[in-house]
Amino acid sequence: MDPTGQVGQGLKSLIITAFGLMLIVVIPVIVMTILFAWKYRGTNLAAKYTPNWEHSNIIEIFVWAIPCVIIFFLAILTWQTSHSYDPHKPIASEDETMTIDAISLDWKWLFIYPDEGIATVNELTIPVDTPIHFRVTSGTVMNSFMVPTLGSQIYAMAGMDNDVYLEGNETGSFRGRSTHYSGEGFSEMLFDTNVATESDYQAWVDKVKQSPKSMMFPENYDQIAKPSIANPVEYFSQVSPDFYGDLIKSYKAGHGGTDNHGEHNEARESSMPMSAQAAE
Amino acid sequence: MFGKLSLDSIPFHEPIIMVTAAAIGIIGALVVGLITYYGKWGYLWTDWVTSIDHKKIGVMYFLVALVMLVRGFADAIMMRTQQALAAGGAEGYLPPHHFDQIFTAHGVIMIFFVAMPMVIGLMNLVVPLQIGARDVAFPFMNNLSFWLFAVGMILVNMSLVIGEFAKTGWLAYAPLSELQYSPDVGVDYWIWALQLSGIGTTLTGINFFVTILKMRTKGMSLFRMPIFTWTALCTNVLIILSFPILTVTIALLTLDRYLGMHFFTNDMGGSQMMYVNLIWAWGHPEVYILILPAFGVFSEVIATFTKKRLFGYKTMVWATAAITVLSFIVWLHHFFTMGAGANVNAFFGIMTMIIAIPTGVKIFNWLFTMYRGRIQFTTPVLWTIGFIITFTLGGMTGVMLAVPGANFVLHNSLFVIAHFHNVIIGGVVFGMMAGFTYWFPKAFGFTLSEKWGKRSFWCWLIGFYVAFMPLYALSFFGAMRRMQSYEQTEWQPLMIVAWFGAVIIACGIACIVIQLVVSIRDREKNRDLTGDPWDGRTLEWSTSSPPPNYNFAYLPDVASIDSYWEMKQQPGGFKRELATKFEDIHMPKNTAEGPIMSLFALFFGFALIWHIWWLVGVGAIGMFVTFMFRIFNNDTDYHVSAAEVERTEREYHKRLEMQA
Repeated sequence: MDPTGQVGQGLKSLIITAFGLMLIVVIPVIVMTILFAWKYRGTNLAAKYTPNWEHSNIIEIFVWAIPCVIIFFLAILTWQTSHSYDPHKPIASEDETMTIDAISLDWKWLFIYPDEGIATVNELTIPVDTPIHFRVTSGTVMNSFMVPTLGSQIYAMAGMDNDVYLEGNETGSFRGRSTHYSGEGFSEMLFDTNVATESDYQAWVDKVKQSPKSMMFPENYDQIAKPSIANPVEYFSQVSPDFYGDLIKSYKAGHGGTDNHGEHNEARESSMPMSAQAAE
Repeated sequence: MFGKLSLDSIPFHEPIIMVTAAAIGIIGALVVGLITYYGKWGYLWTDWVTSIDHKKIGVMYFLVALVMLVRGFADAIMMRTQQALAAGGAEGYLPPHHFDQIFTAHGVIMIFFVAMPMVIGLMNLVVPLQIGARDVAFPFMNNLSFWLFAVGMILVNMSLVIGEFAKTGWLAYAPLSELQYSPDVGVDYWIWALQLSGIGTTLTGINFFVTILKMRTKGMSLFRMPIFTWTALCTNVLIILSFPILTVTIALLTLDRYLGMHFFTNDMGGSQMMYVNLIWAWGHPEVYILILPAFGVFSEVIATFTKKRLFGYKTMVWATAAITVLSFIVWLHHFFTMGAGANVNAFFGIMTMIIAIPTGVKIFNWLFTMYRGRIQFTTPVLWTIGFIITFTLGGMTGVMLAVPGANFVLHNSLFVIAHFHNVIIGGVVFGMMAGFTYWFPKAFGFTLSEKWGKRSFWCWLIGFYVAFMPLYALSFFGAMRRMQSYEQTEWQPLMIVAWFGAVIIACGIACIVIQLVVSIRDREKNRDLTGDPWDGRTLEWSTSSPPPNYNFAYLPDVASIDSYWEMKQQPGGFKRELATKFEDIHMPKNTAEGPIMSLFALFFGFALIWHIWWLVGVGAIGMFVTFMFRIFNNDTDYHVSAAEVERTEREYHKRLEMQA
């Protein structure tokens, strides 16, 4: 409702424009429905009655042309905004774009800051007015990464490298969440997004770096990947170098990727023994 | 011996389920008791269960749909109650385990076991009569379709008490529906209920496609067919093209779950994106399968009750055909947020908007049918006018969702929920209720109570707006779909308003039930002997109500659109005169093979769900053997003798004269 990110603000005005364009046809239709229903009610014998009238070229032209014209303008708007608000498109800015990896797990979010070498669970802090490149994947079922105040959402899918560019333009704390139903703990798959000034952001990074915990793939990952609901915020001061890439590659077993599929499964309910059981 | 099934599979600890089960048990016992007391088992078996009469099959479809509407609505009001309670840390009364099953069941039941059987039921009742046919092309297959559908319905309801239902959402997105994340039987219930009933639907599609193309009466060229038949034809084309996709998608998921394959798993080369694409390649045409026949109903109703020809018949036909084609190239709009490129998203967004053009044209054509007409405000007309206004709004929110940029913030929010209820309630439900009121006298020979019909309409209309407008609003405050609980207490007032809307809709459903009871009680008063209570325009009104099993003693000869209306306009008008000479009429025989095959299919599905392998064998062999019986059974048809036709027709005319 009150987006604070530039993408969110742009999309808000897009929705209002589309809404307005369509009211051009929707309002007349509703008015005509009520008007015609009233005027040509069966008891109104004064109204004209033409039982065999079934065709009029002029009316036909209008009823095709009006929707066509509106859809024509909407189509142009759609084509342009699909490109200008393409989630994969970097945001033009003087500031350098920062990369953060968002990984959906059962039922929490793991955020990796590859440049800082830190990681968090269920808390996101970003510097204000800085474009952020979120690389989004999943360590479980499909989820969708969204911080409503910033703008667009994007699906998080295991083995897939998805991304969305967003920017926070007002400081404050906002809620983010998975919007795509993912099972039992879905409703509480929430996290705070702090849009902070540059100095506050640095202070926060330093705080995270104080944490004794580290997030190495796969050993620490397998721990954190175990299902939990409303997981408290956690900080990790060290992260394995290409955590995000390693996680995605782990799903490519059988296709030349690193095969830690076995380990991956031992940490949770394994699919292979299950299947064997099913086949019995 | 019993696979995964044990006494622990029955949720004795869940009071809601146990009370419901007890209520179903008591009502079931009561029904069985009454049938036995009145000695009606034989009648049920010969006149309904084994019947291949399209009219009776249509009635059975619609009856099941109404019963399932109550079940699906019970799920709805439970969800609304939960969301009205579970704000700001409150957990409500449904834990996620139960809530997640309920929203899955609600979607599955409302689409597959309410909307679909209503549409197919009306098609069954009306299409052969409108085209002047005596039955469908494949009467046995029609009976089998119904019973396979019934098997799916029974499986879904069994999951309430034995085991549990899927907790995946109504489309069971992989990999959540894979064994790794859903190891229990819920998804298996979903698989087999949809697979078996889906095969029934595919058979129906083929059956009606052939019926409409090959069994039209003399003179009825394609462009003289009533609009409802046109929409039915397009719907059946969609069924034939899209349901096999569903069948294959579910089959692949079945291979994943039962044989450890990896079509849609996260790893080993599986692709969840493939699943989502496939399920919507079926799912989007599916919504047009539901809405097109509703458009057809409105076209018939509006022409009949304005006493005027439908404006722009040809335009209507071409608009319907355009929607049929376009419905196959828009499926990606259900997941713009999956991350496709801007060109792909823009293409599918624009294609989706283009569907708004033929749909808009249809709306205008209904309006111009009203223009310079003499509108009688009967219940079907109220449903139609309510539809035009509500559906226009729903179409508008649909186009908003089709703009990929807007979709990036609206996707998965309550906006989507409000939108599709806006078009499904405002379109399909209103249409089916209009059709129900309109054709009920054709099926039973007496009209429904207008008073209770109108009350039902107003409850549904007001209830819809009170229930779903708050959801549009909530979506702009960030409310998502499928939340068992939420933090924001400021959402709660609107959630309570939405709950109240659902209560008003409950009154609407109650009115339908009362309408039926009152109308059956007063049936002698509301008796329609003419067979044409509304001064109709199409052939179904030219025969008696209910029509004899052979529909028409003589097949009508058609010379125009609205052929029956034109016959009535001839000098001297249309007279129901008794023919002087009768002929034998060739008709199909009732058959028990459909219900028996379906009973084995029920064993088969249930056994697969619970891994009771010997019973799987019994079911499979049973189906095969029954099928063989059918194939080698040559005693499938008979002739209604000319003498019997004459007796039936004479009786009808005697009653007509007595009334006059």
